[in-house]
Amino acid sequence: MDKITESLLKLVSDWDDDVYNGAYNIRENGGCAGRQSTDNIKIEPKEGGKGIDIYIKEGTKDEKVYIPACISKSNVEDLVYNDFHVGENADVTIVAGCGVHTDDEEGSSHNGIHRFFVGKNARVLYEEKHVGTGEGGGKRSIDPVTDCQLEEGAVLEMNTQQLSGVDHSIRTTTGKLEKNAKLIIHESILTEGDQYAKTDFEVDMVGEDSAVDLISRSVAKDDSYQEYHSKIKGESRCIGHSECDAILVGNGKVNAAPELFAGDLDASLIHEAAIGKVAGEQILKLKTLGLSDEEAEKRIIDGFLNA
Amino acid sequence: MLCLNNVKWKAEDGAEILKGIDFEIEPGKLTVVTGPNGSGKTSLAKVISGVEQATEGSINLDGVELIDKDITERARLGVAYAFQQPVRFKGITVRDLIELAQGSKIEEVDVCSLMSKVGLCTNDYIDREVNDSLSGGEIKRIEIATVLARNNAKVMLFDEPEAGIDLWSFNGLVEAFQELKKNKDMILIVISHQERLLEIADNIVVIADGKVRIAGPGDEILPQLMQDEKAVACPVEKENN
Repeated sequence: MDKITESLLKLVSDWDDDVYNGAYNIRENGGCAGRQSTDNIKIEPKEGGKGIDIYIKEGTKDEKVYIPACISKSNVEDLVYNDFHVGENADVTIVAGCGVHTDDEEGSSHNGIHRFFVGKNARVLYEEKHVGTGEGGGKRSIDPVTDCQLEEGAVLEMNTQQLSGVDHSIRTTTGKLEKNAKLIIHESILTEGDQYAKTDFEVDMVGEDSAVDLISRSVAKDDSYQEYHSKIKGESRCIGHSECDAILVGNGKVNAAPELFAGDLDASLIHEAAIGKVAGEQILKLKTLGLSDEEAEKRIIDGFLNA
Repeated sequence: MLCLNNVKWKAEDGAEILKGIDFEIEPGKLTVVTGPNGSGKTSLAKVISGVEQATEGSINLDGVELIDKDITERARLGVAYAFQQPVRFKGITVRDLIELAQGSKIEEVDVCSLMSKVGLCTNDYIDREVNDSLSGGEIKRIEIATVLARNNAKVMLFDEPEAGIDLWSFNGLVEAFQELKKNKDMILIVISHQERLLEIADNIVVIADGKVRIAGPGDEILPQLMQDEKAVACPVEKENN
């Protein structure tokens, strides 16, 4: 593993002291840079090296599995298929994350195709950070595709962050929720320069008393452009909530298009959306505490994205 | 000493709101600024804090002219201001705001002491976002705490601190002001109509129609105000009569 990969791992995951505590699979420039299974979490390569299957045993508690992917040079187009098979009643944390580094005018990309099969009454906390680093104008792209199948009573909480430096990103997430299943997604996206980011969610609540809570917070700076589309479908007695808040800085632009579909009389679906610049009164308040305009704006944006 | 001399301010539409305010405030004393709605009290607070820039006059704090300084500079010179309408933030917690106000990390015990002064339990609030989930009264108390937390404050300016606060918390707030009065270096200004605050004021300034109508020691001014309740409601009317 090279030094750039190590620095990317620190940015996108809990990489510290050159070790992960638990099961892990480190992907570097399309290959495997390290893998470890534990008694309860088995990581097996798919045929052809195009990804991995992660098997989490029934009832596994308080364990973490790390699956970061890093690209440390230009001219890499990485496509990987990762499937998570989470056993019934498990309660685990999955730390993903992707960093793309280029130092010239050539780009690199990472496409992670993830499928989650979360068993009955299992709980998963999924944490994912994306970052681009390096000099030069090469395009750094990260385009994750995620599908979530939640069995009865399963809970999947996804916290995803696009930190900075990612020039192009299309994030596609789909999900199907059975009875009492719950999907919670908190995403935050920062775009700068002429970066582009698109988020596309489609979640189908088919089971009674299933619930989805989707919160997206984004900041579009400079000339960057973001698109947000969510479709929440309630096909039984269920609760769906989505909230899309965006802050514009400079010439940033955001197009938000939320969609709700209620196919059952007892489906309760709510959407909230707000797009605008940093509120002037917020800047004023922080200035009365002694912050400059720039410090106040940075603090407001940092808080907004990290909430 | 905070000295205001002929302070004037016009709103964006050109309306003259402050028409030449003059008064001096000594440290170690509580000054309550009162007057009818629309008389210019909040505008005065904004002009002192720099949220609005005076169009004319002088605001001098301990020999330093503030009139041309912006909000940040005034804050760094020791002007602390609690808004009448507190601001809400997504993603900034009560702890964040208190630490920004103090300018450093704050110890749990200090947060607890501060929050109890405004009638809030630290454990219930410290990690909550200062957002729409807080009631008007809760956010008002947090706003006051951000001023009490200021380490460098020479002037503490509270705009209607009693608004939205329940009686139990208000009692605590009155005690907090009485405690602050003991700091002989602190210039304490409260904009209020609240009788209990007027009662503990060392000095009272009555503003009406953008001017100081009457000002003086609390024990002289308050009886005048109480003699004729209409004077509290509308000193302009009193004068015209």
